[in-house]
Amino acid sequence: MGDVLVFAEHRAGSFARTTLVAVNAGLELARKRAGRCLVVAAGENAGQAAKELARYGVAQVVVLEHPALARYLADAYAQALAALARRLGVEFVLATATAVGKDLMPRLAARLQAAMASEVVAILDDGAFVRPMYAGNVLATVEMTSPLKVLTVRATAFDPAQPSGEPAPIERRDAEIAPDALKMQFVAFAETKSDRPQLTEARIVVSGGRGLKSGENFKTVLEPLADELGAALGASRAAVDAGFVPNDLQVGQTGKVVAPELYIAVGISGAIQHLAGMKDSKVIVAVNKDEEAPIFSVADYAMVADLFKAVPELTEQVRKLKHG
Amino acid sequence: MKILVPIKRVPDPATTIRVLADGSGIATDNVKWVINPFDEIAVEEALRVKEKQPASEVVVVAVGEPAWQEQLRTALAMGADRAVLVRISPPVDTGAVARILARVAADEKPDLIILGKQAIDDDSNQIGQMLAELLGWPQATFASKVELADGRCTVVREVDGGLETLSFPLPGVITTDLRLNEPRYASLPGIMKARKKELKEIPVETLGLNLAPLLKVRRLASPSKRQAGRKVASAAELVSLLHSEAKVL
Ligand SMILES: Cc1cc2nc3c(=O)[nH]c(=O)nc-3n(C[C@H](O)[C@H](O)[C@H](O)COP(=O)(O)OP(=O)(O)OC[C@H]3O[C@@H](n4cnc5c(N)ncnc54)[C@H](O)[C@@H]3O)c2cc1C
Ligand SMILES: Nc1ncnc2c1ncn2[C@@H]1O[C@H](COP(=O)(O)O)[C@@H](O)[C@H]1O
Repeated sequence: MGDVLVFAEHRAGSFARTTLVAVNAGLELARKRAGRCLVVAAGENAGQAAKELARYGVAQVVVLEHPALARYLADAYAQALAALARRLGVEFVLATATAVGKDLMPRLAARLQAAMASEVVAILDDGAFVRPMYAGNVLATVEMTSPLKVLTVRATAFDPAQPSGEPAPIERRDAEIAPDALKMQFVAFAETKSDRPQLTEARIVVSGGRGLKSGENFKTVLEPLADELGAALGASRAAVDAGFVPNDLQVGQTGKVVAPELYIAVGISGAIQHLAGMKDSKVIVAVNKDEEAPIFSVADYAMVADLFKAVPELTEQVRKLKHG
Repeated sequence: MKILVPIKRVPDPATTIRVLADGSGIATDNVKWVINPFDEIAVEEALRVKEKQPASEVVVVAVGEPAWQEQLRTALAMGADRAVLVRISPPVDTGAVARILARVAADEKPDLIILGKQAIDDDSNQIGQMLAELLGWPQATFASKVELADGRCTVVREVDGGLETLSFPLPGVITTDLRLNEPRYASLPGIMKARKKELKEIPVETLGLNLAPLLKVRRLASPSKRQAGRKVASAAELVSLLHSEAKVL
């Protein structure tokens, strides 16, 4: 029997869609391995998150308590989760491949002497997993042979869990942590303030590249379109490196992976590293003045045009559609 | 200050990757091999520490085949002091590489280990974190700024929704993100000097580690290709198609 322990990421009790993706992937894996899906939450207001998550068809929710877990830090969380995974005797520990998931799960895997598969996009019936490599140019089918197995799942590859059945029991446990071994210290968090939807949650994403030429143009040309569409803002690496927008807007192999219903790429050439982060979007629109730009090879709708003319026109047309 | 920098040999990011027909691997003819871009950033960061603290030593280490000497020499030409090649024959998984690196670290006793956040071939993003755990050291992944003072390291990290700052006492492990620095090129004198620098080879068998892979790749496949769509002539046409045909507006 292969039980699955899902690490539920949350911030002060509230969690994003990505956490429900982990729960759903956990439920799928548990079903395929004839096991149960258990969820663990820790940190400030974890009880609140636990209460919510108990409604999603899982077998049990564990709240891990310890002062060292108040804020996420890899060393404390890896210790506490490893001890819990052993106590519960689970076969799998799973999280979504967010910044926290990517930071924590390999450390946990090493502690559990477990194999680890990153960014899993499919769970096969025979216990194998599919994961992308080489910027999404290759799909690898992998098997893990260790008794305990650790994985992160890609948020775009699974649907979020839906509420179902009776709420699961919630159990509070003291985390097993050796405080002497903890050396990491939180200093500060500088939040990127934005009123827009989160990049990884949004139904529509408008992304800009080097073609925008400046941060100012992002504001005056691209943002009005995003606002009109209620879209999240994204960017290519070149736009981020040039300082047009904050780092966490980078879409791609080494940035965020998104798959919204509509992705609009503006002034982005479509390097393979960028495509890796958006080519599973449902509908792709590209605006680029270069007819040969590789982005057009994945675009459903191609607009060969100067963005400084085309984008304001687009904004205007969307406004007309919305407001008649 | 002694800094260990693990580096990997990977296909140049501009290479078009093709899967072999039998799914056993990728075609390697016409592949140009380079240092993993994140690892170049790691080498650069170590060299910058050495510039500020000239008594420092920068040791690059690779776990790979004899051909990987090429990338180690490049790192030496950039300015690293010494290189270690632990010779293995594939396949090994990330856990095995982490265990080998932990052994090298136990011998070398660095104050700091700087790795790339992710190898752009396997895209695992695992080894730095695994290594930190195996050594029982603190970790700061996805670094976009590193400061060393008074035996402590303060790191600004690229995380979801903003920038996080962490601090820890040395020794520790850092993994690099893209914005940490702009790596230098090897200069001609650097390349000449690199030829005389030490490159030690260690056959992995001599380390006596159990390296049986726990993660096995069964086969590789190409993802299905997306079809190019249609050209639109105007903003009005595009919005109308998104509304009535694609039904996303
Ligand atoms: C290790 C590594 C990791 C990477 N990770 C990522 C990643 O995660 N995400 C990512 O995006 N990239 C990544 N890259 C970088 C990637 O290879 C490309 O360099 C980058 O995506 C290019 O960004 P861009 O398309 O904005 O710029 P460019 O390639 O310079 O393209 C600009 C485009 O704008 C168009 N343009 C210019 N002016 C106008 C105008 N007035 N109107 C219309 N169109 C115009 C041009 O025709 C051109 O196609 C990575 C690279 C490496 C080596
Ligand atoms: N074979 C290797 N030899 C030395 N260092 C490696 C090797 N593989 C990976 N690394 C290091 O580990 C980092 C993360 O790799 P990965 O976890 O495979 O994505 C890389 O950026 C390198 O710094």
